[in-house]
Amino acid sequence: MAQDRSPLREAAPVGTPGDELALDGPSAPSTDLAPADLRALLPGVEPERQVDDWGRSERIEGALDATLVEFFYRLWFGCEVEGIHNVPDEGGALVVSNHSGALPPDAAMIAKAIKEEHPRNRKMYLTVEHFFKDYPGFSMLLPKIGAVPAHPANVHRLLYDERQLVLVFPEGRKGTEKLYKDRYRLRRFGRGGFVEAAMRAGVPIVPVALVGAEEAAPIFAQVPLLQKLTGLIYFPITPTFPALGPLGMLGYLPAKFKIRFLPPVRTDDMGDEPWDDKSLVQTVAHDIRATIQDELFDMVGERKSVWFG
Amino acid sequence: MTSKRILVTGLSTHWGGRVAQALERNPAVETVIGVDRRPPKVELQRTEFVQVADSHTLIRRIVEAAEIDTVVDTRLVVDGTVTSPRLAHENNVIGTMNVLAACQGIKKLVFKSSAHYYGVEQDDPAYFTETMRRAHPPRSRLEKDIYEAESAVEDFRHRNPETIVTVLRFTNGLGSGRPSSHARMLDLPAVPAILGFDPRCQFIHDEDVANVLEHAVKFDIDGIYNAAADGVLALSEVAGLLGKRLAPVLLPWGTALGSAALRRAGVPLTAELERLLRFGRALDNRRLKATGFRFRYTTRESVMKLREHQRLASLMRSDGEGYRYERELEEFLRYSPSVKAANAAPALPANVAPRGEESAAQLATMSAAQPVARPRSAARPPASPPTPDYADLESDEIIALLDDLDTAQLERLREHETAGEARPAVLTAIEGVLARTTA
Repeated sequence: MAQDRSPLREAAPVGTPGDELALDGPSAPSTDLAPADLRALLPGVEPERQVDDWGRSERIEGALDATLVEFFYRLWFGCEVEGIHNVPDEGGALVVSNHSGALPPDAAMIAKAIKEEHPRNRKMYLTVEHFFKDYPGFSMLLPKIGAVPAHPANVHRLLYDERQLVLVFPEGRKGTEKLYKDRYRLRRFGRGGFVEAAMRAGVPIVPVALVGAEEAAPIFAQVPLLQKLTGLIYFPITPTFPALGPLGMLGYLPAKFKIRFLPPVRTDDMGDEPWDDKSLVQTVAHDIRATIQDELFDMVGERKSVWFG
Repeated sequence: MTSKRILVTGLSTHWGGRVAQALERNPAVETVIGVDRRPPKVELQRTEFVQVADSHTLIRRIVEAAEIDTVVDTRLVVDGTVTSPRLAHENNVIGTMNVLAACQGIKKLVFKSSAHYYGVEQDDPAYFTETMRRAHPPRSRLEKDIYEAESAVEDFRHRNPETIVTVLRFTNGLGSGRPSSHARMLDLPAVPAILGFDPRCQFIHDEDVANVLEHAVKFDIDGIYNAAADGVLALSEVAGLLGKRLAPVLLPWGTALGSAALRRAGVPLTAELERLLRFGRALDNRRLKATGFRFRYTTRESVMKLREHQRLASLMRSDGEGYRYERELEEFLRYSPSVKAANAAPALPANVAPRGEESAAQLATMSAAQPVARPRSAARPPASPPTPDYADLESDEIIALLDDLDTAQLERLREHETAGEARPAVLTAIEGVLARTTA
């Protein structure tokens, strides 16, 4: 019913009264509002719903989390997590990781790691290509498990207004396209858009180095012709795809996963509007890339076995 | 308050009528004049209706003669099923041009626009803000027309820096039983969908649409505002709330062919709706909320309201035809010196009328004469046979709906309830509402 409104939804009024008493007051409300004021006006949570405004469904995410993700996280990949304290307890943060695999398992494992190991059990949103929004099935499923199209406005709203954790893979498609022979060599980190997003929101960047995903879903070759014919973003040859059909995309090898969260990089102490300084943006992006790359070589060097760690 | 003498264009549209009703209740408003091609569809107390087309010379003459300070433009056609594309273009582009030409020198312009301005694309942000422009050219004729109309309004804003120009971009309205392509789609036994897609949907309750327009008249809020309720639902959630299933009748490839076939079969699937079923769309409404506006309903509550209307549809349909504008009668009631009966009138202050004391009395008269204007209500058949839909309703659901009914309907409902289950809670609630409306 319309009458019983949850108090959560009553955001603090800004400036003007909306009631009947103010019939002829001058009351021109200021239209130039500080972003912080707008943050207070975010719609509240309706407790009756199981889906949030991004389309994330507790029910579907919970079901997947308890079965498939749990199985891969604990048994199949046997994830080991280090440095979870580097993920902040509250407020927005941009989690930045290396990326690989035809249907990358790394995003789900990082999300699960934060959910399981972090003292606050924080949830995380992950950014995906716009491509998936027009891909039947994926378009339906991905938002349900917390994926959001990688639009700067979406990332900003999540980081700044909703103060959430957001996972990005700056390598993007170039990371998941790369072949097995190029494993653990980071591709270019886009144009530094992720640094800009973090700076605008004033949130820290948490770099993550993840070892194991390259061996879990190795790509031996790319077939451009089949890619064009199928309309996929790429058409990889993996141990199980296309041999086992579309489900072969989930045919991961049981490599040992190690996830290391690195010390956060603050972006709120870089002066006024640092995002306008393109050279600073590039420098920060480059530094973060170098940090993750060094850490990866370090971790791969320490590793005794691909399968047992 | 800047706006005292108000012209409402598009008075016969759902919104035009609602806004005029809201404005004439406001004692600070001196005059409300409505223009349209067709007579109004709602009962109006003191709004004066002039039947003209969107010709700028005629509207200009009204604006000058009545010293209009505020124009509320509610004409825009935003639903492809309402009229033919040619007429929609005529109305949205040429009509807007004419209205704007007649608006030179006024203090405030409130323009009802639509979220179709943003379009629906794959690489859209999850929430549009007012500063965003669409990245791709408009896809359908209707989108193009709305885009052009808004460009004309922006042009007007630049040429008239003194005028407050409020542009309101509304998302799809819902919840009052008003026929629209969305409401008709959700009325189907199952909600059509595209296989493998579950888009995000956002609505605004029809009542909130009128409230937003009224808010923009009451307060001086210059600029562009998104008007969409809080909360964004997945289409599957909407279907769930309506107690229906999603029917993935459209295929992800060749959707245009499929929807053309459905259109032929009578499903109101417009080109805009088809895009919405694929990618969905949501607006960031915080800028409007920052001006002090509070939405009465969330998106979820709007859908619940729609469900109530769907359940009551058969009961409401037996109501016969709705209000009909009788020009002679309305003019008699407004201007004849013979009309007297100032007793049961609502306490309207004396400054409401253009001609002082005398017309204030007339105004009061008009409201008292209301039952006379609607003789049909007295001669209605007694309680209609109980419908299964009504019997399904819980008492609190009925009570929530009472506010939307008028006196005659309430009386019939009371008879029906007494004859049927006679739940005390429902009866008391009806008595309460009746007492309030007749007082």
